[in-house]
Amino acid sequence: MIEISDTELALRAARLYYDDGKTQDEIGDILGITRWKAGRLLALARESGIVAISIVDSADDAEIRPISGITATDRSRAHGVTDSASLRAFLCGLAAVDAIGLEERAARLATRSIKNDSKRAALDTIIRLIDLTTLEGADTPGKVRSLVRKAILPDPADPTAPRVAAVCVYPDMVQHAVAALGSHKGDGVTGIGVASVATAFPSGRSTLEIKLADTRYAVAQGATEIDMVIDRGAFLSGDLDTVFNEIVAVHRACGRADGTRAHLKVIFETGELRTYDNIKRASWLAILAGADFIKTSTGKVQPAATLPTTVLMLEVVRDWFNLTGERIGVKPAGGIRQSKDAIRYLVAVAEVAGEEWIDPHLFRFGASSLLNDVLLQRQKMTTGHYSGPDYVTVD
Amino acid sequence: MSFRDYAPAPESTAILNLRPSYALYIGGEWTDGRGGSMTTISPATEKSIAEISLADASDIDRAVAAARKSYDTVWSRMSGAERGKYLFRIARLIQERAREFAVAETLDNGKPIRETRDIDIPLVAAWFFHYAGWADKLDYAGLGPNPSALGVAGQIIPWNFPLLMLAWKVAPALAAGNTVVLKPAETTPLTALMFADICEQAGLPAGVVNIVPGLGGVAGQALVEHAGVNKIAFTGSTGVGRQIARTLAGSETRVTLELGGKGANIVFDDAAIDEAVEGIITGIFFNQGHVCCAGSRLLVQENIQDEVVEKLTRRLSTLRLGDPLDKNTDIGAVNSKEQLARITAITATGEAEGANRWTLDCELPSKGFWFRPTIFTNVTTSNTVARDEIFGPVLSVLSFRTPDEAIVKANNTPYGLSAGIWTQNASRMLRVADSLRAGVVWANTFNQFDPTSPFGGYKESGYGREGGRHGLAAYLANGGAR
Repeated sequence: MIEISDTELALRAARLYYDDGKTQDEIGDILGITRWKAGRLLALARESGIVAISIVDSADDAEIRPISGITATDRSRAHGVTDSASLRAFLCGLAAVDAIGLEERAARLATRSIKNDSKRAALDTIIRLIDLTTLEGADTPGKVRSLVRKAILPDPADPTAPRVAAVCVYPDMVQHAVAALGSHKGDGVTGIGVASVATAFPSGRSTLEIKLADTRYAVAQGATEIDMVIDRGAFLSGDLDTVFNEIVAVHRACGRADGTRAHLKVIFETGELRTYDNIKRASWLAILAGADFIKTSTGKVQPAATLPTTVLMLEVVRDWFNLTGERIGVKPAGGIRQSKDAIRYLVAVAEVAGEEWIDPHLFRFGASSLLNDVLLQRQKMTTGHYSGPDYVTVD
Repeated sequence: MSFRDYAPAPESTAILNLRPSYALYIGGEWTDGRGGSMTTISPATEKSIAEISLADASDIDRAVAAARKSYDTVWSRMSGAERGKYLFRIARLIQERAREFAVAETLDNGKPIRETRDIDIPLVAAWFFHYAGWADKLDYAGLGPNPSALGVAGQIIPWNFPLLMLAWKVAPALAAGNTVVLKPAETTPLTALMFADICEQAGLPAGVVNIVPGLGGVAGQALVEHAGVNKIAFTGSTGVGRQIARTLAGSETRVTLELGGKGANIVFDDAAIDEAVEGIITGIFFNQGHVCCAGSRLLVQENIQDEVVEKLTRRLSTLRLGDPLDKNTDIGAVNSKEQLARITAITATGEAEGANRWTLDCELPSKGFWFRPTIFTNVTTSNTVARDEIFGPVLSVLSFRTPDEAIVKANNTPYGLSAGIWTQNASRMLRVADSLRAGVVWANTFNQFDPTSPFGGYKESGYGREGGRHGLAAYLANGGAR
């Protein structure tokens, strides 16, 4: 048997432990040593400088990825989530989701019949909750200006139509949106917000440094809200730490020099996470990591928002509120094109989370074509007859 | 205005084409009964709907004779394929007139239109379609060669699912080649009489289906005691079921009884809690709890009891009680004044016996029969609300610590109709299901019905099975299902 020096063994043990995430037991098995010996080798690795651990605690250093573990947040610490193991234990300890039961619940919510005054009020509410979106490769400053005009005055023929909550654009379009909004800009309630997608939207496949730079750029341009995407690859491979740490880092990158910060919406791309259990875990993970809003989809992957998925996420924010007294927002995005669908979502919000959530601070529709359908329905309720697509503006 | 103050969205009754009065439907003719008459009312408004002629023993005689005649001369000589055609026709007519039947059922019974529209009437059609398919395949039902019809079937049905219970009974009876005399419940005869119209529309030979509204103690008893009846199928209370069994003991008449229940809904700590809460609600508040297989006893693992009860009461607060014809109504009216009095009395007893009562805070309409959804916690196994069938929107919450304890408590009832199991652990689910003495066990769901699935009870919940191949066997001579 060839003798290997302790230093060499310590290097191998450190790689197995920190890079591959093996336990000391497993390292013992792989290297043919006891787990106590493995523990001693890891201690040696740290003492001898083979491993350098940096603890990240200041915003400036946020982009430095911790070698292992998670960057705990106030929220996560309050729920005993301080490291990888406790994060995993927390998420795996959540009650399971029964897909059939959840879909039945959503289908039953969809049978509510919203008519007359209730419908009229619901249509106006929907408009107030819309993040009017354009996320195309072909977007231009002109297109964004046109979108912003629509956001401010959705129906030129009827000034009683309320304005939308925000416009949602790519980072390089933020400046044009801000300029076009002028004094109309606000936080979704005080005025129209400017939401920017960021973090290598829509795939999220880039380095953390680039994602943070993307975020900072959008914030610097004047975005009031950042819609980030999680690293679905990391999530699906079980690397929850990376997903968590990225959200924490982006959350910090949303900070502005004056101490305020852009609101953070975390997009799961539920169509890629596939299972309701995954979506539930991602929702809790994002909230623990600091999300202000949890959002279903980018709109670029099918299926995008669905009613069952949204009901599930509303259950999570309801449970979080009951646990902490803090309200987290929910944003279904993609695929909601018709008023009657949007009304079903409102019913779900009111009956699952509570009416307090029917507020631009706590619920948004990510949509582009929904607004025109709502306007047509609105016109119908005012005039008593349906007009056509040429009676609302194309933007 | 609160978003959840949904504007009224009532289903219109304009679709109904009701007559001011209904006679008996015997031998394809509408004939007045000799047992007097009564007014059927809407339990939600106490307004009268129609005057119903009632049968006495002589009318039952006529009905059985008509059924016998059509059995001997037409129905027993017809091929299965021909009988199937009539059943398919009936199923399609039900579908075509589904909205009308849903409105009528809601009006007469008091249950929400959402349920009659989405559950009752679609299931009625499904039952006729299912058994229509069996009519020409009786040789392949696994009951031996040439299984033969019994003859005339007397059928007595309850008021909780009026038309659905009719379908459960009439569809397999006709498919197997029997003719029927059916007595609907005293408070809900309307849709059965409308069904007579469907039979006429379908061109069903006269006398194959006879509908005889009447009082249980008069028409019901006469039907049970009638020597010309070969089979009695009854769904209703255990008390009446016992009486029927006594009457028919030692006779040639075949009997199936589907009686009361006190179903246990068992929630383990690894269940999908939010969906379990939905299932608990469906289990007991579906049809105002007027369901023999209702999950009226919630058995919840002690370590999640508080969480489940908290979520349950919050979810209950979103239920809407009121006009059953409103499409947004979740909880309708109690079917009758008598039933309301019974629910009120038994819940008062439960409270006096020490259980904690939680009641939904909601307004009740000024007219009609209404009972607020109620949950009893801190219920001991000896409490009346944990033992007696209430047949109303009342849930009793009990707890358990281990699976064995859950099984023992679930089985600790004179009934044995239904049970529910909520767990994500499949092996536990199967083991517990195996150990429950209940005719129907649902796992991670509740109150699901399908014509392919047999339904029936253990112990005081009755005997015989309805639905599926088993339900067919109950109407065949060498079917062997006793």
